[in-house]
Order: sequence, then C-alpha cells, then structure tokens
Amino acid sequence: MESWKQNKAVFWVTALPGVVWLLLFFLIPLALIWGMSFGEKTSIVDIEITGTLANYLRSFEAVYVKIIWKSIWISVISTAVCLAIAYPIAFGICFSPARWRPLLLLLVILPFWINLLIRTYALIAVFRTRGTLNFTLEWLWDLAFLDKLVGPYQPLELLYNNGAVIVGMVYVFMPFMVLPLYATIERLDRSYLEASLDLGASQWRTFFSVTVPLTMPGIVSGIILVFIPMLGMFLVPDLLGGTNAIMIGNVITDQFKAANDWPFGAALSFLLMYVTFAALAVRAFIGSRMKGGVGV
Amino acid sequence: MTKPIISIRNVTKRYPGVVAVDNVSFDIMPNEFFALLGPSGCGKTTLLRMIAGLETSGTGDIIVDDQNMEGVPANQRPVNMVFQSYAVFPHMTVRDNVAYGLKVTGVAAAERAPRVEEALEMVQLGSMADRKPDQLSGGQRQRVALARALVKRPKVLLLDEPLSALDAKLREHMQLELARLQQVIGITFIIVTHDQDEALSMADRIAVMEKGGVRQIAGPEELYEKPHSRFVADFIGKINLIDATVSGVSKSGVTCKAKGLGEVIVPHDGEASGNVSLAVRPEKLVLSAEPPASGSDISARGVIRDVAYYGDVSNVFVTCSDGLELAVNVQNDRAAAGLLENGREVYASWHPSDTLILQE
Ligand SMILES: Nc1ncnc2c1ncn2[C@@H]1O[C@H](COP(=O)(O)OP(=O)(O)O)[C@@H](O)[C@H]1O
Ligand SMILES: [Mg+2]
Repeated sequence: MESWKQNKAVFWVTALPGVVWLLLFFLIPLALIWGMSFGEKTSIVDIEITGTLANYLRSFEAVYVKIIWKSIWISVISTAVCLAIAYPIAFGICFSPARWRPLLLLLVILPFWINLLIRTYALIAVFRTRGTLNFTLEWLWDLAFLDKLVGPYQPLELLYNNGAVIVGMVYVFMPFMVLPLYATIERLDRSYLEASLDLGASQWRTFFSVTVPLTMPGIVSGIILVFIPMLGMFLVPDLLGGTNAIMIGNVITDQFKAANDWPFGAALSFLLMYVTFAALAVRAFIGSRMKGGVGV
Repeated sequence: MTKPIISIRNVTKRYPGVVAVDNVSFDIMPNEFFALLGPSGCGKTTLLRMIAGLETSGTGDIIVDDQNMEGVPANQRPVNMVFQSYAVFPHMTVRDNVAYGLKVTGVAAAERAPRVEEALEMVQLGSMADRKPDQLSGGQRQRVALARALVKRPKVLLLDEPLSALDAKLREHMQLELARLQQVIGITFIIVTHDQDEALSMADRIAVMEKGGVRQIAGPEELYEKPHSRFVADFIGKINLIDATVSGVSKSGVTCKAKGLGEVIVPHDGEASGNVSLAVRPEKLVLSAEPPASGSDISARGVIRDVAYYGDVSNVFVTCSDGLELAVNVQNDRAAAGLLENGREVYASWHPSDTLILQE
C-alpha cells in the first residue's frame, strides 16, 4: 500500500481522470458562478463582471433574509425529525438477526431507485384533499359512526403548507440519515452497552450516556448529509409547499429561470455555500474536540 | 458452616445447535477466588454472563447471597463484571469511567469523590485520573475496568479472561496483583480462563469445564494430583496416559494389563473395571541406564526418541515396546549428564503409588 504512493508517475496517471473531471465539471463552473455573483446584467443575455457587491447586498433585503431564515428552520426541523426517526430504525436494523439485515437495509435504500419527482407526486396522491390518507380517515370516521354522531368527515388540508414540506423532506432524505447511523452503530462494541448496564445504569441512561456519545460521528455525518441538501432543496417545496412554503432554493431557481437574473441567483447560491462551509467548520471543530476514541 | 455467596443450580443455556452451558450446579463460598477453567468454547463466558444477568433465557437458578436472580435485570444485580475487552468508555476520562457506576445509581457527589479516589489508588491509577483511555496502555485500561467494577462494592466480582490480552511479563505481574486485591478487599472473585497455569496459581478452587459441563471442582493441588478423568488430567498440566485393562482387584491394589508394561499392580481406592487409563505425571518418572533397583517400581525399557532442553529441565520422550510413548521430566543435574542422548537405551520407572487409575 505504501509503494504506489511513492511511485509518482503511477499516482498521477491514476489520479488524472478524476482531477480533470473535478476541474472541468465542478471547479470551473463553480468559479464561473462565483465570478458571476460579482457581476451585473448589461442586457438580456450579457453579464459583465464588475466586482460589485450589489448582488450580495440585495440578498440581505428583508424579503430574502426572511426566506433564508425560513429555509434554515425548516431544514433544522426536518433534520431533527429525520434523526429522531432514523436512529431507532438504524438501531433496530443493527440489533435484528444477521440474516434480516441486508433485506432491511434494502428497504431503506429502495426509495433511492425511484425518481424523486415520482416519489413526490406519490406523496401528493397520499396527502391531497381527496387522497389516500383522507379517504382512509373518512372510512375510519364512518366506521366509528362519527358521521351519524358528529357530522360528515371534513377532509384535512395536508398539502401546500410548511408541514407538508417538512414531511416531504424527511421522507426524501431519510436514507441519507439511516445509512451513516447504521454504519456507526454497527461498529459499536456492544460490551460498552453491557458494561453500562452492569454498572447499574438504566436502559435510558445507557442510551444517552454511552450509545449517543459513541455514535456521535454517525449522527454528525447524518446531519451534515441531510441538512445541507435540504437547505438548497427546491423540488419538494415547489411541489408540496405551493406558494406558501417557498424556500431559498425556489428563489434561486427563479433567478436563473423566470427572473433571468443570473448574477443575483449566483450570489444567493454562494450565500448558501457559505452557510454550508460554516456547518462543515462546526463539524470539524466538534470532531477535533471529540478526538480521543470517539472520532472515527 | 458458612453459607455460599453464589449457588448455581441446574443452570442450562442453549443456543441454536449448541448447549453452551449444560446442567451446571455448584456453590461458591464468600471470599473465595474461584476459577472457571476450560478450553475455548466450553461455555465459561456464557456462564459468567448468566451470573451477571447479561445472558437471559437460560434455565435453572442462580442465587446470589440468598437472593434468586431470576427476573433481576443486570443493572440491579449485586455483581460486577470486568469484560474481556475491558469495555472502558472511550469518551470519558479514567475518573469519569470509575465514577460512572456510582453516578448512574444516584450516589451523591460528596460520597462519590472519595470512593472514586480510593478505587483509583487501589489499582495505582491515581496519577492518571484525568487521562482518556486512548492515552493508556492495555494493562492500565484493564486497571480502569477493575477499579470501575470494584468501586461499586459488589458481592462478587466477575472477570472474563482478564489477562489474556496482556503480554507474558505483565500477565504474571497482574496474576499476583489480582490475588493481592482479592485478599485486601475480601470479596468473591470468579475468574474465567483457558490458561491452566493462571487458574492453578491464582484460584482457591477451580471448576474444570468441558462442552458446557463441569467435569471436576477442586483446589489446584487436588486437581493436579487427583484428576477424576482423562480430560481433566490431560487439560491440567502434562500427563502420560497408558491404556490398560483391569484383570483383578485385591487389598494391595488393582491388577491391570497395561500397554507396553505388562502386568502391574496399582494402589487404588474406589471402583475399577474394564478398560481404564493409567495416568502418571512426567516429573514422577525416573530415567536410568540400568534396571531400577527397587523391584516394586513400575518400569519400561525403551529408547530415547527426542530431548527438549529447557535449561533447568529437559522433556525426554521415550519409545517403549508395544508402541508405548512416555514423556519424562528430567532435572538437568549431574546424574542426567551423558544419559540424555537420542537413540540411547534407558529404563523409565516410577513408584506405583504415583499412578492414577482413570475410569472412562
Ligand atoms: N450469542 C451466541 N449465539 C450462538 N452461540 C453462541 C453465542 N455465544 C456463545 N455461543 C456458543 O456457545 C458456546 C460457548 O461459548 P462461550 O461461553 O463463549 O465459550 P468460552 O467462553 O468458554 O470460550 C460456544 O460453542 C459458542 O459458539
Ligand atoms: Mg470466553
């Protein structure tokens, strides 16, 4: 394993395609957009990079700050809900019989293989006024004779609000949370948990004092993996949130499409990038502080 | 008579396709240093974990200090365990590890601190209290695990192969250390080990296990001198096992026809019939160039096949007639000089009373 690192020629030849790919399709476009964020529109199609900060300043107008703030808290709540649901799932898979585990993991990953658009429309079919969930509830309502006692069932308005966006995001990003959690919990030596019980701790105490700290790397990875794409998500709020639940991702797409204001869209995008970098810096900080057995 | 601190009654534990613990019963007395000894996979760890309450769904009764442990969860049993992997919490300092068991059971901070310090001193870790486990050596981590369990003042301390991960030198040191601790604290230790030397040197009593069952329980000396079965004789130390058939029992002993030895008379109390094994320890055998002077000794003529030199002693293998192979422990003194050569013809002899008859 050491020798290939020493052989520079082999190293460069094998690394080259990756480097070219990264340069061509990631760094250069990113640099273009970054440059654009300091530019001005001179005509419908022309942009001149003038070094202006106007686009960033405009981002701090109240209307956009409000949307950014809302994007952040919707993402925070969605991430938290995701974690709360994914942790027991990952734990359950780890502690299930070995021969069940591949199947259970497959069930978690399965939604990956279906187009995001289709999955989101499927959610609409479930949650809309005349959707599966409301029909089921109505059926139960009638079954309990509540239609005779209270009156006819009033369908719940489940779509086109912030709640629907959160449900949709949790659903879409769940696998990204379950998988890193599963990976760390699976590596967790069970004798730590047994030692905690043996020393007199309750199951709850063991969970919070031993299990959670020892699986923190997985928790942090899961949060990062889920929170960052949630922040920039535009499809789910677009379809499930209607106009009520617009997020920063929708504003950015609008700038590049309908509004045709690429410089402003670029500035907003990079604002999002800076938030992301800040999140990663926090992660690195936590990681270095926890170093000492836990950092994996 | 004192009451046992632990009573194991007909304890059985099955895993799919294997009986890990097979109808085991024994008592352990207060302040005893008790060892569960047996080859890998014989069910030692399983039995220990059942006592700790970490392995449930077995049958039988485990009684600790007059209290039946049936239905008592691990976190409420008056026993503590030192895990084979030590399981020292990596995210806590040494001190926090030791304090953990007191903290979670609501021992007030004022009482906690002195007890933690005392436990740390006991295992000589006072100066490392603020270190994290990854800054400790394996031996030090083990001391943390020990202090963490002892600080709880359990009625019984359970240790699963506590020395197996240490190097030979440290292992010897820790053997003495554990024996000293047990003396000082005066609680019952149950130690699991597959190493017979470890068990013999540390334990007051040893239960030898095989395939889930207990084969013999005795003190180290009795176990070595008077094993009850071929398995125990073979597992504890080295021993020559010679196939024989009993031809008669009289006051003076058991007469048998033994492979390579012909007719021999061995003193023996108890039953003996049919096919048996004659067992004799290698250090009881004497090598000589001439036939032994004492006519009552059992002896066999043979040829030295191999000499393994260990400095103070040599292990000599002698091939006798009828395919009988004897291992002999010879002190490397002046008498042995010149005798220990491959191919040399010698007499191996021993006193009949050093022979055990093992009925299978
Ligand atoms: N969790 C388990 N599931 C299935 N079989 C097990 C399990 N734990 C132990 N066993 C089996 O039970 C037997 C005894 O194991 P163990 O008590 O660990 O032995 P020892 O500690 O003496 O080496 C072995 O055959 C082992 O394979
Ligand atoms: Mg074991």
